[in-house]
Amino acid sequence: MAALIDLRQRIKGVKSTQKITKAMKMVAAARMRRAQSDILAARPYATHMRDMLDSLTRRVNPTNHPLLRVRGDENIELVIVTGDKGLCGSFNTNIIKQSEDFLEARKSDKKLYLNLVGRKGRDFFKKRNFNIKHEYVGIYNDLNYDYAIQIADQMIQEYTEKQLDAVYMVYNEFKSVLQQRVVVERLLPIGEIDMDSSNDDVDYIYEPTETEILEQLIPLHIRTQVWRVLLESNAAEQAARMNAMENATNNAQDIIESLTLKMNKLRQQTITTQLIEVVSGADALKG
Amino acid sequence: MIGKFKLEIVTPNRLVLKEEDVDEFSAPGIEGYFTALPGHTPYLVLLSEGKMSYRKGKEWHYMTVLNGYAEVLPDHITVLAEKSEKADEIDIERAQEAKKRAEERIKDIQQSEVDFERARAALARAILRLDVSKNRRMN
Repeated sequence: MAALIDLRQRIKGVKSTQKITKAMKMVAAARMRRAQSDILAARPYATHMRDMLDSLTRRVNPTNHPLLRVRGDENIELVIVTGDKGLCGSFNTNIIKQSEDFLEARKSDKKLYLNLVGRKGRDFFKKRNFNIKHEYVGIYNDLNYDYAIQIADQMIQEYTEKQLDAVYMVYNEFKSVLQQRVVVERLLPIGEIDMDSSNDDVDYIYEPTETEILEQLIPLHIRTQVWRVLLESNAAEQAARMNAMENATNNAQDIIESLTLKMNKLRQQTITTQLIEVVSGADALKG
Repeated sequence: MIGKFKLEIVTPNRLVLKEEDVDEFSAPGIEGYFTALPGHTPYLVLLSEGKMSYRKGKEWHYMTVLNGYAEVLPDHITVLAEKSEKADEIDIERAQEAKKRAEERIKDIQQSEVDFERARAALARAILRLDVSKNRRMN
């Protein structure tokens, strides 16, 4: 009998866990849709910005701009974008693993600095011996453009002051609901802006000059890039969590089914034994 | 027939405005306010912080702009700005509070230059928003 009660209790426990995972899945799904629409909303701005930079760099000789020129890679900053929360499958671990590989490959001959976005990455790297320059924790609750400005301007400043020679970002790209991809990307220096010479060039009147406009636009462009990364990572995190919770819900279902089967078998067995006992007892009395 | 503009205002967060048949457009260029009419020569201009407006028929519409540029083509204007708000969208109460806060901070003499500059910028922004919000249309 004790075994039967244990089984019932376990089924109850798994069921309530399943309810939680199901609810978390719904929440993640809603947040993901929101994040996806944010990505879409940011796209026109980014596209326009890129087109304009294209057209400007084709006119101006951009190699003089400090943010474009490559000047060696003695001091490298790696911006690691993780989530603030767990329970999202391998979302955070993938990023951390990739970052470790990146750092391992360069640690012997370069100076490395970390810029940690998201609590999970912060917690991981804080315990290890790294040079952490900045950390941003808890920004996903009210993700807005001001964070992108802050992060971007900080790195631009340190880059122009030559504290840094290159800035890389590692983050999860939102490929689709079912797929996230870890990407390592160089943000600074921009290097060559890929030119799409098929565009027709318009002869603008510039105010102020082309060069000055370009100089103003490049920092704005970096901010947009950082913003895009934050949005991508946010959407990817929600998608990862949604999938993880979906799997958890399915697994809970499997466990419930196998436990129920076991319980029914046990119950039947007990009844059978009891019946046999009763029948054979009656037989003995008759005998 | 006199032509019309298409007008688009885009920020990183959203498409603020997409309007057809605009007759006149005015914005704070980095070297001063300018007004563009349909058929304008291609013109690329950085914008400073200020009040943007456009006319459609007889009605003027107003909005704020911060940090961006405008691309004027004969039949199309695109404004890319980090922030932009239409007059109707401005939260007047919040702007007033921000103004008060900034004024208090400016009065505080014991602050560094950076803080002062920051407070000054915040004050300018709050005043701008209040100014634009006066052109809110009630409907």
